[in-house]
Formats: sequence, structure tokens, C-alpha cells
Amino acid sequence: MPRVMLEVKDLTTKYITRFKEDVYAVDHVSLKVEEGKTLGISGESGCGKSTLALSLMGYYFPPLHYTSGEIIIDGRNITGMNPDDIRKSILGTEISYIPQSAMNALNPTQKIIHFIEDVIQAHDPYKTKKEIYELATGCCDVLGLPAEVLQKYPVELSGGMKQRTVIAVSVILFPKVLIADEPSSALDVTSQKMVIKMLKNLMEKGYIKSLIFITHELPLLYNVADDIMVMYAGQIVEKGTAKEVVFDPLHPYAKGLIGSIIVPEKGLRDVKLTAIPGVPPNLKKPPAGCQFAERCKFVWPKCKAASVPLRDVGYGRAYRCILSEKELRDAYLREAKKDA
Amino acid sequence: MPDEKQICLSGSGLTKVFGFGRQKTVAVDHVDFNFYEGELVSIVGESGSGKTTLAKMLLGLISITEGDIYFQGKKRDIRTHKKKKEYWKSVQAIFQDPYSSYNIFNKIDAVLLDCINMRGGRHLPHAKKVELMAEACGFVNLKFEELTNKYPFELSGGQMQRLMIARIFLLNPKILLADEPTSMIDACSRATILDMLMQLRKEIGMTIIFITHDIGLAYYVSDSVYIMEHGKFVESGSADEVILHPKEAYTQRLISDVPKIYEEWDLSTV
Repeated sequence: MPRVMLEVKDLTTKYITRFKEDVYAVDHVSLKVEEGKTLGISGESGCGKSTLALSLMGYYFPPLHYTSGEIIIDGRNITGMNPDDIRKSILGTEISYIPQSAMNALNPTQKIIHFIEDVIQAHDPYKTKKEIYELATGCCDVLGLPAEVLQKYPVELSGGMKQRTVIAVSVILFPKVLIADEPSSALDVTSQKMVIKMLKNLMEKGYIKSLIFITHELPLLYNVADDIMVMYAGQIVEKGTAKEVVFDPLHPYAKGLIGSIIVPEKGLRDVKLTAIPGVPPNLKKPPAGCQFAERCKFVWPKCKAASVPLRDVGYGRAYRCILSEKELRDAYLREAKKDA
Repeated sequence: MPDEKQICLSGSGLTKVFGFGRQKTVAVDHVDFNFYEGELVSIVGESGSGKTTLAKMLLGLISITEGDIYFQGKKRDIRTHKKKKEYWKSVQAIFQDPYSSYNIFNKIDAVLLDCINMRGGRHLPHAKKVELMAEACGFVNLKFEELTNKYPFELSGGQMQRLMIARIFLLNPKILLADEPTSMIDACSRATILDMLMQLRKEIGMTIIFITHDIGLAYYVSDSVYIMEHGKFVESGSADEVILHPKEAYTQRLISDVPKIYEEWDLSTV
């Protein structure tokens, strides 16, 4: 039985706007990441991917508020902990985060090594500079960065280098869970590949125990993740292994996402891309029934009546739809015939 | 048959140099190209390879250091403002960032009205103009009644980019330069935008020059592909030829770096 590194049960978090409206951006999300595994989270912009990433760390600052649910990191329940304790004893050592705009995450007036010293000394004030330097060079080595980077200012580094430096800083305390929120969306394909390789290296060398990878690019996710979770309007709509979700999506939204994949491979030009019409619902006033009903091709009257539960089909596979697996597959077949 | 088609835009020895002396940067380095009428051409390259600089030169937004651009067989002449305006009637662009393509002080109506006026519709009655605008918005699946009297920032990125396409629909140019039109929006709106561009191309039969760093996208949409590296075209040809059977090492590397679904993604090459 592999060790479960991160377990989240029914986590719900909300934003409170300045007009005192509640926006539930993470709505009853449960997930589990085992040691050595990568969980991928996908969905379109505004579906709550990044909010989920922030919520997973248990460190909330307004306008984000905790509502309900539990977060358990390696057997330790961190829900309801004092924010100060979380910052000192959880962030960095238990769970760490690579922000989306990692390019701007570095302090422009500080050399990289001074930044790393700050990070480490916040957790362990008795570490000497020499020890820190050794840790930092070891980390740079794994990430394929030359040690000179440590003596440089952020402006002297290229985009890909900055991204890798940020990764180095976030894994320097050996976190159990690393959350990477679109770490490669601002990079070109070559640097992207480099970053992915580094993340895999870190996992092999034991710098991190498990990884949560967030991106809207499904081909990339398919190559990185073991399991994929598709989110829509703050909810999980589909969950399964990478292969299952990409080659046999069940939920109509996941199906639409997969249908919009573009990869430079033979046969792509004959495929017609499927576009999902419409826009996601306004989460200030979420619809009563299925969140996707407005945009769904196979909508039934009862879809809009009551909220749809996540249907578990075993082996970690789950989807959120009122139709059964067979009904969905039949519907897709009919659709494909109609197009042909 | 490329020799039967008419050349609509071509360049010879096109060069752009930024800076002087030691700080000299050659962004575009003596490129030659012939874009044929009705063709969809993609220019693919990494960031910093000079794609956008080339686009700006083709649009006449920045001066050319060396070389010439020929538009419909004649040397392009945009020395006066009047001539420039005339040129822009036939060459138009969609830019990468929809959030900075609009004047934030102008309402959406003004954006579309400008287009109608530019095409010589200044004297049309107001009702006719509204009809034209509604038609253009309908083409890109937007509702004009919902957009009128709104400011650009009230729209989402995908909607803004669609409105850009509605603009092109009204302007009816000969050449459209699309500079990474889908890189700022997510995957599912991307399919919608591409669909609309293709429809528009069918409707008014224009030449599209598609600039992108996404090889998959270039392969999906284009007839011919130019691969750009450090300001030079290293490989060009039909899309199937270049993407499926690349000859240059650079192209091969670029293609191998894209994550794929049916083939193994080889991580050992970086």
C-alpha cells in the first residue's frame, strides 16, 4: 500500500467580494495523491484551478475564505491550524507552491542566494551560510542550473532560468507535496520540456514526494501526470488515469476539452476540432442543477432540476453526470455518426 | 500549382536591425518570401526569433532597415499617411493580446463604426450601419444588442478576440496578419477562434499570414509553413512536408519538443 501524501476531503472555499457576495470557487473537492505520483488538474480559465491550488495549502487570506473540508498531509491534519503555524511549519517543508507568474516571483533587488538564505532561515534559523550554500548548489545541480546563478540578480537570467530558479527555491526544503500552477505556460516549447524534465528529476532524486500539476494544456498534462482531474465551475467533473481521461472521456465537458487538442501529428488535419459553445456560469449565482447544463449537447430537463453528484465507477474513476456510462458512450457514438 | 497562383505579398532581402554598434541586434536577417493569394501561411519560431518584428514590418508599423516589400507585384509605397491608410485597407492584423488591442476609452460601437467608415460607408444611414454591425457580430456568434454601449474591458478575452475577427469581417482586407491570435486564450476558446478564422477565409477569400509558436496549430491550419530561427527562415514548404518530414535539425528539435499524445515524448533530448 503506497503512502498517501496528500488527502483532501470535501474541501470548499469561497471568495467574499466587496459587495458581500459569496463565490464558491472550490466546491466539495476531494482528492488523494500517493507517494511518487503526479496528479494533473485541468480545465478552462476561471474554473477554479488556481484557487484550488491556493486552498490546498491551508493558508487563506482575504478575499479567500475557508468554508468546510479537511486537508491531510502525510497523516497530519492541517485544517483549522493557526495561519502563523501553517506558515512556519507547513509551507515549504510539507507543501510548496510554484506560482503561475514565477517570472515575477523573485525579488529584483536581491541576489538569488540571499533569497534562498531568507527562505531557509525562516524555517531553521541555526543553519549556517555554508550549509545553505551546499544545499542550494545541490538543488541547482539537480535542476541543471550552473552554480553561478546563485550569485546573480533575477534580471540577469532568462525566462526559463528564472522559472527553474523559482522551482529550486520552492523545493529546497524537501516538501512532501509540490503544487505547480501552470509552471510552463509562459515558456516556449524547449524551455517547457526542460522544466518538465527537471520536475521529473526532482521526484526521482527524492526532493519532492508527490506533485500536483495544473495546466490547461492537455497534451502536456497527458505526458506529465499519472492521474488527471478535470474541473468545471469549481467542481470536479471527471477523474481517472491520464490514459482513461484522454482517450475515453465520459463527461461531456471533458469530451469537449479533449476534442480541442491540437498536436503536430499525422491525421490531425482530418480531425474537426470541437468547440464548446457558451461561457461558464457566473459563480455568484450558480445554476441549481448541473453547472454544465447550459452548454451541454445532451441536456435533459432533469439536469437543471437538482445538483448532480460525482458518480464513482470504481478504480478511482469518477464523473459528474446524470447519464450512465453506457448512455454517455451511446450519445457520443450517435454524435460522431451525425457528423460523418 | 504555385506558379499559377498570383503572388500577393513578397519580400526580398528584408532586414531589421535594432540598436547601433556593440548593441546591434539583427532581428530579421535578409529574408525572402513569396506569399500567394488565397493561401494560409504560417510563420513558426521560438520566442525571440523575430516573428513579430517581421509582422510589424509587413504591416508598416516599423521602418525597414534593408530590403523591399512588394505588394501585388508593385513595390510597397507607404511614405505618406494617405498611402499608408490605403495600404491598411488591404492589409489588416489581429494581435496577440486582446486586452491591449482596444482603445479603452472607446465603446465597442465606435470600433466597428470606424471600420465601416474606413470602407467608405460614412454616408450610410444609421440603421444600415447598425445592420452591418449586427451582421458582423452575428458572424462571430456575438449578439450586437448585448455589446452595444459596452466598453472593451467588459468582455472576456475570447469575446474580445472574436470582436477583432468581426472587425476584419467588416474591413474585408486582402491580407490578414494574425500574430499569435490564440496564445492568450485557453484551449477550448481556441477552437472557436480558429473555426471563425477559417470561416472568414472561406467567406471573403483572403490571404492569411499566421504567426505562432505552436507547431500543432500551424500544422492544423496552414497550407505552407515557414520555420524561423534567429531572424532567418531555415525551412519552408507545404505543411505536411515540413511538419511530418522535417529536414533541418532545428525544425526536428522544435517538433520533438512539443508534447504529443500518440507518440512517446522523449525527455532525454534536452
